[in-house]
Amino acid sequence: MRSVAEPIALAPAHRASSLAAPALVSMRGVRKSYGDRLIVDSIDLDVAAGEKVALIGPSGSGKTTILRLAIGLVKPDAGTIRIAGDYLWHEEGPGGLRPAGERHARKVRRSIGIVFQQFNLFPHMTALENVREPLVHVLGLPRKESDARATELLCDVGLKDHLSKRPAQLSGGQQQRVAIARSLALQPKVMLFDEVTSALDPELVGEVLRVVRKLAQASDMSMLIVTHEIGFAADIADRVLMFDAGRIVEEGTPRQVLKNPSNPRTQQFLRAVLER
Amino acid sequence: MNSAIWDWGYAWSILPDLLDGVKLTIVATFFGSLISFGLGLVWTLVRLARIPVATPAVEFFVQFVRGTPLLVQLYFLFFVFPNWGLSLPPMTTGVLGLGIFYSAYAAEIYRAGIEDLPLGQWEAALVLSLPIRRVWFGIVLPQSIRKILPVLGNQVIGMFKESALLSTITVMELLGQAKALGSLDFRYVEPLTLAGAIYFVVSYVSARTLRSWEGNHAVGS
Repeated sequence: MRSVAEPIALAPAHRASSLAAPALVSMRGVRKSYGDRLIVDSIDLDVAAGEKVALIGPSGSGKTTILRLAIGLVKPDAGTIRIAGDYLWHEEGPGGLRPAGERHARKVRRSIGIVFQQFNLFPHMTALENVREPLVHVLGLPRKESDARATELLCDVGLKDHLSKRPAQLSGGQQQRVAIARSLALQPKVMLFDEVTSALDPELVGEVLRVVRKLAQASDMSMLIVTHEIGFAADIADRVLMFDAGRIVEEGTPRQVLKNPSNPRTQQFLRAVLER
Repeated sequence: MNSAIWDWGYAWSILPDLLDGVKLTIVATFFGSLISFGLGLVWTLVRLARIPVATPAVEFFVQFVRGTPLLVQLYFLFFVFPNWGLSLPPMTTGVLGLGIFYSAYAAEIYRAGIEDLPLGQWEAALVLSLPIRRVWFGIVLPQSIRKILPVLGNQVIGMFKESALLSTITVMELLGQAKALGSLDFRYVEPLTLAGAIYFVVSYVSARTLRSWEGNHAVGS
């Protein structure tokens, strides 16, 4: 595990070269509707290795569904999704692509992690046990080694003193940091953050954003970050996507999209969010 | 013999016989419960697994058992099954009858306990790629069990009382003993009153114990 604290110089040149590498998340013509409500409308999206992409837009615009599609919690009605080169819901055979099921998706899912808005920690386990869970039961590490790595991960998010506490004994911010540590345990190549501060009391938002920011700066994981924290998005993102009604209506660097938006929907959305 | 409605001496004299009956009632409840827990789990797993034929069959069986009286089921097991060559002793029949009847309710209790688990728990387990077995035994059941156990406890208390129906298939459990004593001595007030009192005391104490246990093991504590 690359420690969050470990300093890694991400020179612009490095970024540029990694952008040329094959995309770690690749969506083509992905569509999803619930009933007759179209949530995601024919999205094409590529996230390069190491690239940090922020997704902004009003509620119900499809941002969260894009993340849930990327990790296979939701199956698309149409289109293909590839994670680190592998199709999530298809298998490549001699005769081309053929549909594959949950069993196949499970394997592909190993290289992608997500942090949920509502943490979703296991309430009957301590912080350490939560983080240890995938180390023991997915990687099959021996108890001692998984304990050591889980401890290390929790120290990295500043929870050294809370290892043996249950989620109910932790603040929302601490719980979310446990969730971040847990999602890092399998060393995913891609990390998804789904409004990770939206369920938190305002005074706890900072500690979680600091952890995510540190992670974004220090690691070479690709990240897709759904957030309403515009300043935070401007800080850490290489690229910002503005969603509206299931489509990407504007995309570009944070400077372009957040400072000089050209789309009227983006302008209107940013005005509303920043006036809050 | 005393002709008063209530004779303390007589009541005292029949107590040992009634306590013999209680033993049988407790044994029937114990094994009936075990069978209902086990079979109920089987029904739940078959339901969840969505196996063609088997799942609809179990679904129908559960509804059928819930939709017919225990008394009819006991009669059927005891008086009709022997015609088809399946003849079991009264106590065995009674325990099986109780077990099967309550397994249908146990299946509902398990299902409710499992469905109560927040969706986010399933999603967290899924995105961590935990193996299916671990999801069930490490994540789902440890949490559901805390909701399921108190309800199962109530079911055991219910079964304890309903096991009185076994007296109709000649099992000499508590009510069976009381009825036998009544017809033997032509006194029904004492045996039936005492039987009722014993049912009440055991149920009441069990329910109170269960509630205090439940308070100490609330989810999240």
